[in-house]
Amino acid sequence: MLRRAIENLGNRTVQGIWRMGFAARFFFAVLLHSGTAFRRFGLTIREMYFTGVLSLIIILVSGLFVGMVLGLQGYETLQTYGSEEALGILVALSLVRELGPVVAALLFASRAGSAITAEIGLMKATEQLSAMEMMAVDPIARVVAPRFWAGVISMPLLAALFSAMGIFGGYLVGVQLIGVDEGSFWAQMQSAVDFEQDILNGVIKSVVFGVAISTIALFEGYDAPPTAEGVSGATTRTVVTSSLAVLALDFVLTAFMFRGLN
Amino acid sequence: MQTDNLVEIRDVAFGYSARQILKGINLVARRGQVVAIMGSSGCGKTTLLRLIGGQIRPGQGTVRVAGQSVGELNQADLYRLRRKMGMLFQFGALFTDISVFDNVAFQLREHTDLPEEAIRDLVLMKLNAVGLRGAARLMPAELSGGMARRVALARAIALDPMLVMYDEPFAGLDPISLGVTGNLIRRLTDTLGLTSLLVTHDVQESLKIVDYVYFVSEGVIVAEGTAAEIRASTLPYVHQFIHGEADGPVPFHYPAPAYAEDLQLGGRRA
Repeated sequence: MLRRAIENLGNRTVQGIWRMGFAARFFFAVLLHSGTAFRRFGLTIREMYFTGVLSLIIILVSGLFVGMVLGLQGYETLQTYGSEEALGILVALSLVRELGPVVAALLFASRAGSAITAEIGLMKATEQLSAMEMMAVDPIARVVAPRFWAGVISMPLLAALFSAMGIFGGYLVGVQLIGVDEGSFWAQMQSAVDFEQDILNGVIKSVVFGVAISTIALFEGYDAPPTAEGVSGATTRTVVTSSLAVLALDFVLTAFMFRGLN
Repeated sequence: MQTDNLVEIRDVAFGYSARQILKGINLVARRGQVVAIMGSSGCGKTTLLRLIGGQIRPGQGTVRVAGQSVGELNQADLYRLRRKMGMLFQFGALFTDISVFDNVAFQLREHTDLPEEAIRDLVLMKLNAVGLRGAARLMPAELSGGMARRVALARAIALDPMLVMYDEPFAGLDPISLGVTGNLIRRLTDTLGLTSLLVTHDVQESLKIVDYVYFVSEGVIVAEGTAAEIRASTLPYVHQFIHGEADGPVPFHYPAPAYAEDLQLGGRRA
C-alpha cells in the first residue's frame, strides 16, 4: 500500500518534469516561429480581439467593484488615523502595484486562457491542426504564435484598464459617496505614485503574467488528448495552473521589486 | 496511361513502442490511378497515409513520393512536397472559424501572392467542381456531413496537387452523398490528372471507382489486384471482407478462454 503510494508519487513527479520539459520546448518553438505573427500582424490583431477585447467587460466591471471596495475599506482604516485624504494613494498604489496586474491576470486566465485551450484542443481533436500541417502550413507559426503574442500584448492593457477603472471606483465611493476632499484625493495620489517604481513594475508584472498564461493555455490545448474528456481536463488544468503560476510569480516579482528594506 | 509510379512504398515497417502496426508493406500507386487501401478498422491503413504525408517516419523501409524519400526530407523540403499533395480527412477537418470560401482559399492565400480577384475565381472554380459554389458564404457548422466532405475535397485540390489522399471518404454518408463523393473522386482524378489514394472499408462504393486495390490485414498486404480481380478473389480474407461475413479469418469473437470455463460450468456441477 505504502509502496504503491510512493511509486505513484514518483511516477507523477517524473511525468510532471517531463511535461515541464515539453512545455519549455513548446515555449521556445513558439518564440522561434513568431515571425508570421509579426509579419502578418493582422493575425495577431484578430486574436487580440478574441482574447483582449472580449475580456473587457469582465475586466472593467471587476475593476470598478474592486476599486469601490478598496474605497470603503480604505476609508474605514484611514479614518481611525485621521488621514482620509490619503485614500487616493491607498487605492492607486494597491491597484497599480498588485491588484491590477494580479486580479486582471486571474480573470484573463479564466476568461481567455480557458477559451484558448478549448479552441486549440478542439482544433487538434477535429484534425484541423493535422490538416494545416498537411497543407504545408506550420500550426505553431500560423495558429499558436499569433495567440501567444495577442495574450502577451493584451494582458498589460487589460491590467491598466482594470487599475484605471478601480481608481474610478475608489473615487466614486471615497469622494462622491463618503465625501473625502476631491483635491486631496487626486493631488496626494499624483505626488505619491511613482512612474518607475509603481506603474512600470506593475506593467512588467502583467507582461510576465501574460507570457505565463498564454504559454500554459496554448500548451495545454496543443498537448490535450483528442477526446472530449481530454479537452475538458486540459481546460481545467489551464485555469488551475495559470492561477497558481500568477500568484507564485507575483510573489517572486514583488520580492525582486521590493524596496522597503533599503 | 502513364506507367511511372507516383507513390512507392518498399518494405515499410512502423510501430509504436512494443506494438508493431505495419510489417513489411510494399505498395505502388501509378500516376493517374485511383488506388484503394482496404482493411478492417485498426489494421494500419491511416498510418500508411500518415507515412506518405510525412507526418510520421517509417521505422524501416522507404516511402517515395514523386521520387523523393519522404522519411529523409527536412521540414522545408517536406513542406515543399506537401504543397503538391492534398489530403481529405475523415470528417473534412474544415477550419470551423472561417467560411467555406475562406477554407478553400486558405492554401492559396498562404502559399501564393495571387491578388484577391484571382483567388476568388479559383475558389469558385474549385467549389463549382464539387457542386458547392452556392455554399461559398456558409460556415462549416451549416453544412451536412457530405457537403463538408466535398468542401474539404475542393480545399484539397485548391493548389492543383499531383496526389490526393482520402481517409475514409465514405464514412457516415447517406447513399446519395456516397455516390456523389465516389463519382467526384473518379471524375476529379481523370479531369485534373491527379493520383488518388483512398483508405476505406466501404467495399461496394470504392470497387466502382478504383483502378487497383490493396488489402491490408494485421500490418501486411494480404491481397491486391484490380476491382474485377478482387471481386473474383477466392482468398478467405478478401471473400469475408467483400461479402461482409461475420466470421472467417477475422474472427467474430475476441480471443477468450473457453466459454464453459468462463461460465464456470465445471465448478457448478461439482
